[in-house]
Amino acid sequence: MRASTVKNPAAEAPKPESNYLNNGHTIASWLLTKDHKRIAILYLISVTIFFAVGSFLAGLIRAELILPRGVMLENETYNKIFTLHGVVMIFFFLIPSIPATLGNFLIPMMIGAKDLAFPRLNLLSWYLYIIAGLIAIVAIAMGGVDTGWTFYAPYASMYSNSQVSLTIGAAFLAGFSSIFTGINFIVTIHKMRAPGMTWFRLPLYVWGHYSTSIIIILGTPVVAITLLMLLAERTLHLGFFSPELGGDPVLFQHLFWFYSHPAVYIMILPGMGVISEIITCFSRRRIFGYEFVAFSSLAIAGLGFLVWGHHLYVSGQSMYQGMVFSIITFLVAIPSAVKVFNWSTTIFKGSVRLQTPMAYALGFMGLFLVGGLTGLYLSSMATDIHLTDTYFVVAHFHFVMVGGAVMAMLGGVHFWWPKMTGKMYNEHLGKLSAAITFVGFNLTFLPQFAMGYLGMPRRYHYYYLWPDFQIYHILSTAGAFVLAIGYAMPAFYLLWSLKHGKDAGPNPWGAKGLEWTTPSPPPTENFTTIPIVTEEAYNYDPELAEREETLADMLEHDYSPEGAGN
Amino acid sequence: MPGSLLAQFNMPLMPEQASEFAKPYDSIFFATTALTVFFIVVVVIMITVFVIRYRHGVKADRSNAPTSHMLLEITWTAVPFILAMGMFFWSSYLFVQQRIPPKDAQEIYVIGKQWMWHIQHPNGIRENNELHVPVGKDIKLVMIAQDVIHSFYIPAFRMKQDVVPGRYTMQWFKATKPGKYPIFCAEYCGTQHSEMGGYVYVMSQADFDKWQANGGEKVKETDLTPVAQGKALFERYRCATCHVDADTERGPTLFGLVGKTRDFTDGSKKVADREYVRESIVSPEKHLVKGYDNTMATYKDDITEDQLLYLYEYIRTLGGPSRKPASAPAATNQTGTTR
Ligand code: HEM
Ligand SMILES: [Cu+2]
Repeated sequence: MRASTVKNPAAEAPKPESNYLNNGHTIASWLLTKDHKRIAILYLISVTIFFAVGSFLAGLIRAELILPRGVMLENETYNKIFTLHGVVMIFFFLIPSIPATLGNFLIPMMIGAKDLAFPRLNLLSWYLYIIAGLIAIVAIAMGGVDTGWTFYAPYASMYSNSQVSLTIGAAFLAGFSSIFTGINFIVTIHKMRAPGMTWFRLPLYVWGHYSTSIIIILGTPVVAITLLMLLAERTLHLGFFSPELGGDPVLFQHLFWFYSHPAVYIMILPGMGVISEIITCFSRRRIFGYEFVAFSSLAIAGLGFLVWGHHLYVSGQSMYQGMVFSIITFLVAIPSAVKVFNWSTTIFKGSVRLQTPMAYALGFMGLFLVGGLTGLYLSSMATDIHLTDTYFVVAHFHFVMVGGAVMAMLGGVHFWWPKMTGKMYNEHLGKLSAAITFVGFNLTFLPQFAMGYLGMPRRYHYYYLWPDFQIYHILSTAGAFVLAIGYAMPAFYLLWSLKHGKDAGPNPWGAKGLEWTTPSPPPTENFTTIPIVTEEAYNYDPELAEREETLADMLEHDYSPEGAGN
Repeated sequence: MPGSLLAQFNMPLMPEQASEFAKPYDSIFFATTALTVFFIVVVVIMITVFVIRYRHGVKADRSNAPTSHMLLEITWTAVPFILAMGMFFWSSYLFVQQRIPPKDAQEIYVIGKQWMWHIQHPNGIRENNELHVPVGKDIKLVMIAQDVIHSFYIPAFRMKQDVVPGRYTMQWFKATKPGKYPIFCAEYCGTQHSEMGGYVYVMSQADFDKWQANGGEKVKETDLTPVAQGKALFERYRCATCHVDADTERGPTLFGLVGKTRDFTDGSKKVADREYVRESIVSPEKHLVKGYDNTMATYKDDITEDQLLYLYEYIRTLGGPSRKPASAPAATNQTGTTR
């Protein structure tokens, strides 16, 4: 094998004896670890399992809707399934996904630190998350919950006979898990940067997490309190939300969305960070407008707290209140637009390599664009009247959260997989899975925009009152099965690569960033010597990059079957 | 055969435009769509061209690649901003129109409960899960829920409003095209949420009159109008033990109440409207009229939402006070004008 990159002679050095993976093989050495990288792997395994569960439930929902009167489920079962799908995907997959896996793994390495500021807190937050997951499973075993992941009162507090209290308990604990992660990140980013790592040399990925963590620690306590209030109303009959007890049902929605709208940004901002890393690396370009991209994250985090009322235009809130929320919602869309323009321009005059992470990142851009722009229909008060609570909304938020956050998550996992495991996966299969995911995704969710505009309400098990929606449901279900293939593929070839993949070396992509200066997999203390940072992030040179060849380039061109995992 | 299989399905592209609001609504919808498509096309073309032109190994000028450009940043911040503000004003204007009904709109009551829509016409006709309306008339729906939040949604009219327990909400429309259109409940409300719907029948005035004359082709539960039912309830619950045609020591008069400003013991003021009347019956202690103690008992557990609506309709018909405030409560249990 030739040297993996011209610029990284370290690749030729003998493999390090000890890395974070082989440093201890017992189960206890994993379950009691304080190493942020091992905790990240624990999270990666857990969120993947939850993602599989959530996706299976989505498949049931989609299969059920092929016929106007349903295929196999009772309406009560159906309601429990979409509720669980939502709860699992939001609280147990999307919110922890990028922060707790990639964030945990990368933030200390990207800023040149040995670990997070509070390693024990980090482990505790994983345990809270797992306990929350177990409680959710108990809730399912005891009959499930049928309120929707939004737990609207007074239905959830007074009328639902399902396991609402347990499920709320699970969401509550999962919330604390993410608060701990948020605190850990903020302190780490403030206090543990390597010498020379100034704020404006931070990778944009770190900026994304910084903004997210601010939202987490300001917003999550509010939803925790809201859920406690709901619990108190349910069990002790304290009147907060139910008019029968003297409460106000719309108050619940205000409190709930005060957290849950910013929660969308918790999901998407780290994703945007991933995209910034990938686009720059695979274009070999300094990011266009670094400061604008960094500050747009903060702007999104800040403004994101002021827009919750756009979920309530038709709830009975005053229309003047609605107008204030509408105008701020339009404002918060702009920093996202700025990011898209900056990423696109970053490719200009680059030296573009279309390897798997880049394929996912380009897919992200396309899908996030659609997700973001269709948000305009819902920010506009008039158009929202007709579209809210229909499949248009379902399509919109899947484009943002699944097309956006999940694509970014997959792109990130593919980008940093060689770093995390020291192995290269099969590049052809990687690109194929990105393509299948993109096509399947569009086939699944584009028809839902049409369906929503036609008036198909969400959370509907039947539509025999107006069966015109059927053709769109069929298309959408077909898409879901294509998408399922796209999502399942990486699980196989990535695991395969663990055994059969080519050794990655420290920097197979030819990327910048401190995490690429250390061996793959990294040693337990990340760096042998604390690095000193002397240059800006993304100090790429596209002209030079034309002449260099990385391990990934070589694998792409003369791919040999006995090598990277066929 | 796949051909005939496909022919089984119709593939509608838009819902019917059956109300006056639908046309301007669709204008905004399609303008937004044009904008969306435009931006998607621009960005996708830009990315595709860059990716192909600057692909690794392809000869191209890569020198002096820019890393920032103030004017460009300002432009692509300002242009979306201006477009967004345009959409904001256009859309909010239409929203406000949709929320302010014409003064003389015909009121119809809608009560949502798990899992049914009860509809109550002013002449006493009731319907469940069906709403018959004449074409070309302004109709205002006054809505409340009995249990959880529901949402009254007619896609063909492009209108939807949550129906909330404990407070009245409202929406209005003018139907423009006879036909049968679906009504849905759009806010998740429990087990049979998906079945909580029905149809609105828009009829020509002549057909509607005929329908009405036949008593709505349905067995009516009663032929009394809401006002008459309200009066009966007023008597049954003996409201007039305290509320007579003038203020007494026992209670303030309800004559001329609706629309009047009330002064409360806590110093606040409020115009007596539908919401206030309902609250005064359900939780009278919340706003005590100046000069009175909290002596009225709540009727919360005895009275249903439809009865509250009837009582309001009846109280609304009571004119101004017919005599000067009496110093002593007349031992009367009836009001002068209602007999
Ligand atoms: C194969 C991919 C997926 C399909 C086909 C799918 C499909 C659906 C469907 C049909 C609904 C029900 C809509 C309704 O009746 O209101 C739904 C709801 C939802 N989905 Fe997905 N979904 C998929 C993946 C995901 C993923 C990956 C996430 C998050 C990471 C997600 C998050 C949600 C949420 C939060 C809801 C709302 C649940 C609620 O209404 O309570 N979905 N999805
Ligand atoms: Cu309902």
